[in-house]
Amino acid sequence: MKIRVAIIGAGITGASIARVLSKYENLEVHLIDKNPDVGWGVSKANTAIIHGGYDDDPDKYPMRAKLCIRGNRLWHQWVKELEIPHVWNGALIVALKDEDFKELEVLLERGIRNGVPEMRIVDRDELFRLEPGLTREALGALWVPIVGQIGPIPAVIAIVENAVANGVKTHLETEVRGIKVENGEVKGVETNSGFIEADILINAAGLYADEISRMAGIDYFEIHPRKGEYWIFDEGIPGPKRVLFPTPTPISKGIVVTTEISGHLMIGPNAQDLPPEEKENTATTREGLEEVWEGAKKLWPQLPPRSKVIRTFAGLRPEPTGGDFIIKAEEEVWGFINVAGIRSPGLTSAPAIAYEVAEIIQRDLGIELVEKKKWNPYRREITHFFALSYEKVNELVKKNPAYGKIVCRCNKVSEGDILEAIERMKFIGVKTPSIDSVKFRTKATTGTCQGSFCRPRIIQILAREYGVPPWEVTLKGKGSEIGIGDVKVLVRGE
Amino acid sequence: MYDVVVVGGGPAGMAAAIRAKELGLKVLLLDDNDYLGGVLPQCIHPGFGIHYFKEELTGPEFAYRLMNKLDGVEVKTSARVLEIINYSDLEKFVVFTSPQGVQKVPTKTIIYAAGARERHAFEIGIVGDRVAGIYTAGETQTLMDIYGIMPGKEIVIVGSGDVGLIMARRFSLEGAKVKAVIELMPYPGGLARNIMILKDFNIPLYLSHKVVEVRGKGRVEKIKVVKVDENLREIPGTEFWIEADTLVISAGLIPNVKLLTEIGVAIDPSTGGPIVNDRLETSVPGIFVAGNALLINDLVDYVAEQGELAAEGAREFIENGGIPSRRWIRLVKGENVRLLAPHYLSGERDVWIYARVRRPMEDVVVEFPEIGKKIKLPVIKPAEMLRIKLKTEEISKAEDKITMRVVKHG
Ligand SMILES: Cc1cc2nc3c(=O)[nH]c(=O)nc-3n(C[C@H](O)[C@H](O)[C@H](O)COP(=O)(O)OP(=O)(O)OC[C@H]3O[C@@H](n4cnc5c(N)ncnc54)[C@H](O)[C@@H]3O)c2cc1C
Repeated sequence: MKIRVAIIGAGITGASIARVLSKYENLEVHLIDKNPDVGWGVSKANTAIIHGGYDDDPDKYPMRAKLCIRGNRLWHQWVKELEIPHVWNGALIVALKDEDFKELEVLLERGIRNGVPEMRIVDRDELFRLEPGLTREALGALWVPIVGQIGPIPAVIAIVENAVANGVKTHLETEVRGIKVENGEVKGVETNSGFIEADILINAAGLYADEISRMAGIDYFEIHPRKGEYWIFDEGIPGPKRVLFPTPTPISKGIVVTTEISGHLMIGPNAQDLPPEEKENTATTREGLEEVWEGAKKLWPQLPPRSKVIRTFAGLRPEPTGGDFIIKAEEEVWGFINVAGIRSPGLTSAPAIAYEVAEIIQRDLGIELVEKKKWNPYRREITHFFALSYEKVNELVKKNPAYGKIVCRCNKVSEGDILEAIERMKFIGVKTPSIDSVKFRTKATTGTCQGSFCRPRIIQILAREYGVPPWEVTLKGKGSEIGIGDVKVLVRGE
Repeated sequence: MYDVVVVGGGPAGMAAAIRAKELGLKVLLLDDNDYLGGVLPQCIHPGFGIHYFKEELTGPEFAYRLMNKLDGVEVKTSARVLEIINYSDLEKFVVFTSPQGVQKVPTKTIIYAAGARERHAFEIGIVGDRVAGIYTAGETQTLMDIYGIMPGKEIVIVGSGDVGLIMARRFSLEGAKVKAVIELMPYPGGLARNIMILKDFNIPLYLSHKVVEVRGKGRVEKIKVVKVDENLREIPGTEFWIEADTLVISAGLIPNVKLLTEIGVAIDPSTGGPIVNDRLETSVPGIFVAGNALLINDLVDYVAEQGELAAEGAREFIENGGIPSRRWIRLVKGENVRLLAPHYLSGERDVWIYARVRRPMEDVVVEFPEIGKKIKLPVIKPAEMLRIKLKTEEISKAEDKITMRVVKHG
C-alpha cells in the first residue's frame, strides 16, 4: 500500500515538494490548492530573484541561511530540466554612503559563512564598468555573480506539469477547511469538495499556513502579511544589466531596480506590515508606489515618465513569528509537517525546501523512501511564437495554421501558443477558464497595451475550448467573470 | 514586387489601397483582424461619412462602402506585420505572419495605417485591486458589438471624449446604469453632439475630477474619485466613492508606431505619430503614414482623406524614384496649438493642415503670420480637430517657416 501524502498549497513551495516526492515509488502525492490554477498565492507577485544566499544571518535564521544558497545551486539544474525562463545576471548591492561599506563587509562575511561562492566588494571604477547607468553617487558595491532571475509563475507551472507527468494528482479549487486527526495521527483533510485521505499532510499554504496549522491544533506561530509594491515599465526603456539592490535595512532587502526576464524595467518592492487578517489585501497604494519610486530613483536616476508605466502590482510576504522558515514534522500530530513562514527568499529556497521535506519524512517519520526506476526529470517549455525563427513558425503552421495567427500584438503570441496553453491548463486540472491562466503561460495581455486588444479574442478561444458562453470566462477565477450575460441580458430584465 | 504594401485595413488603409489602385499601382493590403474595417465594425452608431460620402452612415456601413471599392487590390486578413525592412530608399520588405505562415514580400513603398491603441488604467495612475470589470472603452465596444457580451451593469466612465460618451449611450441603451462620467479637464472632451448624450440619458458629468483607485474582490466594487484644481492637482478632502461593477477607461489614444520606430522613423512627441511632409511621407523615404497612426483624428472622413493623400505620395515616389528634394517650408506650432501635421510643406500644392488646440477659447483668430492668413472662428475646443487648407500661393509666400497660432480676436 502506498503512503498517501497531501500537500496543501500549490505555490512554489508546495509544487517543489510535489515534484521531489513524485520521485518515490511508495508515495501517492496529492497537491491541493483553493485557487483555480497553480502559483496564484504569494508566488505570483514577487521580485522573481534567485538570491545569492548572503543576507540571512545563520545564527538568527538558520533555515533561511542554509536553504537559500542550496536553493540557488539547485535552481541552476531545475531551470534546465524544466525549461523555465531565467537569466543568471548577478547582483550589485550598492553603497551610497561610506557607512554602507560596513554593512557590505557584514554581508560578505555572512556569505562566506553560508558558503556563497564568487562574491567580492568592487570599487567605484569597476562598479561603473559593470553598470554604467547607475547613480553617480554610488561609491562601490558588493558583487554577487551567482544571483539570477526567473519567471515565478512559469516556474510553478513548469514544476507542476512535471510533477503531474510523474503521477502527482492535483485538486484545484479545493479549499482545505479542516484537518482530521485521530489518536494523534493525521487522517486527511476536509475540503469544499469532499474529504481527501492522507497519511502525511504537508502544510505549504503560504499566507494561510498559520490557519492550516491551527486546524491541526498547532498554534505556536502566526503569519502576517508584509506588502511590497512594484512598477513595470514599457519595453525599450533602458534598465540595468544586473539586479541592483541598495544596502539593506533590518526589515527589507530594499527597493530593487532590475530588468526582469522579459526585458522590462521593474522597480520595487517596499515593505509595509499589515495585520494578520489582511491576507487578501494585494491592492496597490499611492503611498507605497511613491515610496518605491523615490527609493528606486536613488539607484537609477533616469526613471522614465509615468506615462511609460504598463503595470503596477503588489505582493504579500508571509512573515512568521520569529522570522525564520518553519519546516518541521510536528511532534504532537504524527504525519503533520509544517512548511510555514516561507517569506523571502522562499522562491530561491523552494527546491532546497523540497529536499529538506523528503529528508524529514525519512528521518523524523521513519519512512523509507523508495526511488522510482523511471522518473522523468524533464518538461518541455510551451511554444512561444516570439521566440521562434520564421522557418520554425512555418514548420509549425504546416501542422496547425493557428501558429501563424497572432492574437496578442504587443508580445507576438499566436493562437497556437494559446491553444497549447489551454491544453496544458487542462493537463494539470485547471477547471475554470481564466485569462490570467493564459497570460501566465503565454505572456498575452502583458505588453504595452495591457490586453485591450487581445483580451476579447482570448475570451473567444477560452469559451470555445472550455465549452462555456464567453461571458462566463473569468479574469482570474470564479467571481471575476468578464461579463454578466449576452448583450441583451439587462434589456430582457433577467 | 508590389508598388505599395498598405499596413492596416481600417478606413485609412482601405482608402489608401483604393486610391493607389485607381492610380494604377500594384497594391497589397494587410490586416491582422479577421475582418477589414479596423475599429469601424464595432462602431455601430451613426456619425460617419458626412464629408467623405456626403451622407451619415454607421461605422460598419462606412467600412462596407470602402470594402466594395477594393476590387483589384490584393487583400489579406489575419495577417500581422512582424517587421518592416528598409533595405534602401528604393527597396523595402514587409514580413508578415498569417495562418499560411510567415511571408516576406518586396515593395517599393509602404503606407502605414496601423491605427492607435487606447491608454489603459495603469498609464493614468489608477491604483488598487487588479480585478475584473476594468476595460478600455474600445474593448467594451468590441465585447458588446462584435462578440455580444454585456460587460456589467453599473458603469463609471473615465474620460468625456467621443469614445467614452458613445459608450455611455451604448451602455444606457442596453439597460445598464451609467453612474458617472469623470473628466480630468474643466471642459468636456467630446464633440458637442456627443455631449448631448449625457443629457439624453441623465448621466452625471464630473468635470475637473479624476478616478484614483479601484477596489473589489473578484470584480470592481467601488471606485474612488477626487476633485482637482486648475493645475490638475488633487484637492485633499474631496474624495468620494462610487459603487459600480465596471470601470471603462476612455483616456485617449496613442498612435501605434512601434514598427516604424524600429526602423528609425522620427516621431513628433506632441502627436505621438511620425514627422511627415505634405505627402505624409515619414523620415524614412517611401514610407507614408495615414489615419490615427499619423495623429489622432476625430472624424473618419479625415482619416480616409489622409489615406488617399498617402497613396498619391506613393505614386509620386514611384514615378520619380523618390520625392524630389527641395527647400521645405516648416509648419511650426505657435500660441495655443498643441499639435499639428504635416510638419513640412512643399509649396507646390494645396495642403490640409490638421491641428489641435491646447485650451478651449471663444471668438478667436487662427493666424499664420508669415503669410498673412487669418481665419476667424466662434469657438475652438481641444476635442475638435482644426482642419485648415493652405493654398499653394499662400504657402509660397513663406521663406522657411509658417507659424500657426490661435489668439483672441481683437
Ligand atoms: C513582495 C515580495 C517579494 C519577494 N521577492 C522574492 C525574491 O526576489 N526571491 C525569493 O526567493 N523570494 C521572494 N519572495 C518570497 C517568495 O515569493 C515566497 O517565499 C514564495 O513565493 C512562497 O511560496 P509558497 O509556495 O510558500 O506560498 P504560496 O505561493 O502562497 O502558496 C501557497 C498556496 O496555498 C494555497 N492555500 C492557502 N490556504 C489554503 C487552503 N485552506 N486550502 C487550499 N489551498 C490553500 C494558496 O492558494 C497558495 O496557492 C518575495 C515575496 C514577496 C511577497
